[in-house]
Amino acid sequence: MTISADHTAPGTAQAQPGPEQAEDIYLPGAAAEAVRKFGITAEDYMLPARHQIQMVDQDGNLKHHSEQGTEPGHEYPLPGDHELLTAYAQLVIGRRVNDQNSALVRQGRMAVYPSSQGQEACQVAAALCLAEGDWMFPTYRDAVAVMARGVDPVQAMTIFRGDWHGGYDPLEHKVGIQCTPLTTQLLHAVGVAHAAKLRGEDTVVLAMCGDGATSEGDFHEALNFAAVFHLPVIFFVQNNQYAISVPLAHQSVAPSLAHKAVGYGMAGERVDGNDVVALLAVLDRAVKLAREGSGPLLVEAHTYRMQAHTNADDATRYRQDSEVALWTARDPLSRMRTYLAGRGLLDDDGEARIAEKAESVATQLRNGLGEDVPVDPQDLFRYVFSSPTPQLKEQAALLADELARDAAGAASTAEASE
Amino acid sequence: MSPSITTSSEANGNVSSATARAAASAAATAGAAGPQPVTMAKALNTAMVHAMQSDKSVLVFGEDVGKLGGVFRITDGLMATFGEQRCFDTPLAESGIVGMAVGMAINGMRPVVEMQFDAFAYPAFEQIVSHVAKMHNRTKGKVKLPMVIRVPYAGGIGGVEHHCDSSESYYAHTAGLKVYTPATAADAYRMLREAIDSDDPVMFMEPKKLYWSKDLVDLERLREDYEAKADRGTSMEGRAAVARSGTDATLIAYGPSVPAALAAAAAAAEEGRSLEVVDIRTIVPFDDETVAASVRKTGRAVVIAEAHGFASVSSEIVARVQERCFHYLAAPIRRVTGFDVPYPAPKLEHYYLPGVDRILDAVDDLQWED
Ligand SMILES: Cc1ncc(C[n+]2csc(CCOP(=O)(O)OP(=O)(O)O)c2C)c(N)n1
Ligand SMILES: [Mg+2]
Repeated sequence: MTISADHTAPGTAQAQPGPEQAEDIYLPGAAAEAVRKFGITAEDYMLPARHQIQMVDQDGNLKHHSEQGTEPGHEYPLPGDHELLTAYAQLVIGRRVNDQNSALVRQGRMAVYPSSQGQEACQVAAALCLAEGDWMFPTYRDAVAVMARGVDPVQAMTIFRGDWHGGYDPLEHKVGIQCTPLTTQLLHAVGVAHAAKLRGEDTVVLAMCGDGATSEGDFHEALNFAAVFHLPVIFFVQNNQYAISVPLAHQSVAPSLAHKAVGYGMAGERVDGNDVVALLAVLDRAVKLAREGSGPLLVEAHTYRMQAHTNADDATRYRQDSEVALWTARDPLSRMRTYLAGRGLLDDDGEARIAEKAESVATQLRNGLGEDVPVDPQDLFRYVFSSPTPQLKEQAALLADELARDAAGAASTAEASE
Repeated sequence: MSPSITTSSEANGNVSSATARAAASAAATAGAAGPQPVTMAKALNTAMVHAMQSDKSVLVFGEDVGKLGGVFRITDGLMATFGEQRCFDTPLAESGIVGMAVGMAINGMRPVVEMQFDAFAYPAFEQIVSHVAKMHNRTKGKVKLPMVIRVPYAGGIGGVEHHCDSSESYYAHTAGLKVYTPATAADAYRMLREAIDSDDPVMFMEPKKLYWSKDLVDLERLREDYEAKADRGTSMEGRAAVARSGTDATLIAYGPSVPAALAAAAAAAEEGRSLEVVDIRTIVPFDDETVAASVRKTGRAVVIAEAHGFASVSSEIVARVQERCFHYLAAPIRRVTGFDVPYPAPKLEHYYLPGVDRILDAVDDLQWED
């Protein structure tokens, strides 16, 4: 594999290889290439760049290349206009979905909703960086990313309406069911990637988790397995600063979460999680490198959960309004709108078309989640195993009998009162 | 990397491997050698060899399962025979092993993973309970997890602390897991083949102390029988075995306690008492029919298990028998189980394990004089 020409850092191509280029240490493909090409050490390749990658500032201005936080071995080309426009449309839809679901929760039509408001850029980039056939393993907070992968909006919200199953078919969409036991899904991502690699397929798997979740044991096990087996898994951490009420400082005193990568022998990068341009640049390259055989990568996105953890949470107990205001100014949508409009890529018509699309998704959600889905009590037993055991058949019959007697009782009461 | 693995499992809608199976079966017929003394370890190892020959999506991994062949040598030779892609060592992380197996099973493989010891499987508990057991249900049956988690379990080998636990009740209590535990070499072969071919996840509990016990077995013959009847018409799942027939009382046992039950029955026969021994074989699903038929016939029952009795598989069996056989019982059902103490060290293990004398005492208590 090679690090593509479009990633070359200007002015560094002739740099001399460092002493770490010893033949006897094993380096994953991209690291070895970076050592050769940019004359940086393997550690410098694996460690995140000194600053987070940011391309469009919070006022919607494209930053000068020299100020984007890139370095030799950490170079990211600007995504194409078409990708940016698609991303913007998805941002608007994602925000609309977050607003709509929060309203549905207030109306009692959804049981719970862990909103990704403020994190839409992460949601959208996580979905758009993948190709068809790639897999995603999302958390409970990633419903917008799941939708952006093509899952039907109502199906994506099935869990949150309190239904008993995950809604969509993971095999059809190549999207795991949104996972609640923190970081357990990262290992499933590793397994899917490992199976694909054994069959010689070039599937890339994106595995998502939050900042707090990085303290879990499965986070460590998954990163280590992916690195040791050299698997094309991108670990995408949305650092929204809090795990429910607990700030990141109580989870980790590492210089950054992206710094954890080097301990596993993989590359880590941090990126402005409210800048969809930078996110796409970093994730697109990560997917490319992973697909080319460079092994896993860790990407940490700095963002903020604008709403409470879920509707059941009271964020005023643990964070200041002033902090929230700081992040309101860093909104991922408004900066992208300013940037695209400034470049002449987005006009009022375009904006209106996107708003219309977002509104139709919101309508779909209102209609879909407003409907009462009839439940079949026998579904309790149907899918525990591929076919029910004699014990489950017995219990199913017991429940059926109980319900039949209830129904008969109700019918005779109705008759008597006629 | 060259893709040496091409055949996918059937579970999640992939290609069938029936052809490979038929070919392997034909090849096996040639050198049949008749029944030989075979250890349970050899039977388990051979079951994996045959499964890996029959279906390329079968993978074996865990801790020290490669070059070493596992600390109990159950995976001996698999890496040499099938290569490092199909049998390999993982980093030391049980949750990682099981979690990765879940992902592989989602993506077309049939992983068979080894937990090095019963008491070291607990780091994987969250994956087992929250995902292995629930995936099929929470995806409405769309995602099947055809995976086997092999656990060397229970006592009797003089293991120091943390090397012997009777952990079967944790798994049996978890809805969505099948729990198999063989007591003979022949059953071990057949049951592991079935577990590997099952579209449901199976906790395969291997009684460590029986690894080196031998039975007269013709493994090639077992292979032919199994592969010819791949329709599962004769499946051992949910089928208890009557390991010894008798008329006076039923001893109900599984896995490591079956030999103790058989020894007790032999000793009782010398005293003129005829005991039937039922080997449960698969704890989940449970064979109520065979167990109840035996107890109805004899009218008396003793349940034997190494695990602590409190809130255990043995208490479940007593409850089920009582519900089904109350009017046939001449005496309350007795249990002979491990005491409710942490699994004892080798110096005390002897006092803890259900043995022939304790079983016979329980039998004597079954109100014979009424
Ligand atoms: C293993 C486990 N422990 C605890 C919880 C309860 N829980 C749900 S979300 C959450 C906070 C997670 O924070 P973070 O990883 O930062 O993700 P965020 O919710 O901020 O997106 C906790 C403690 C859980 N779901 N799983
Ligand atoms: Mg968080």
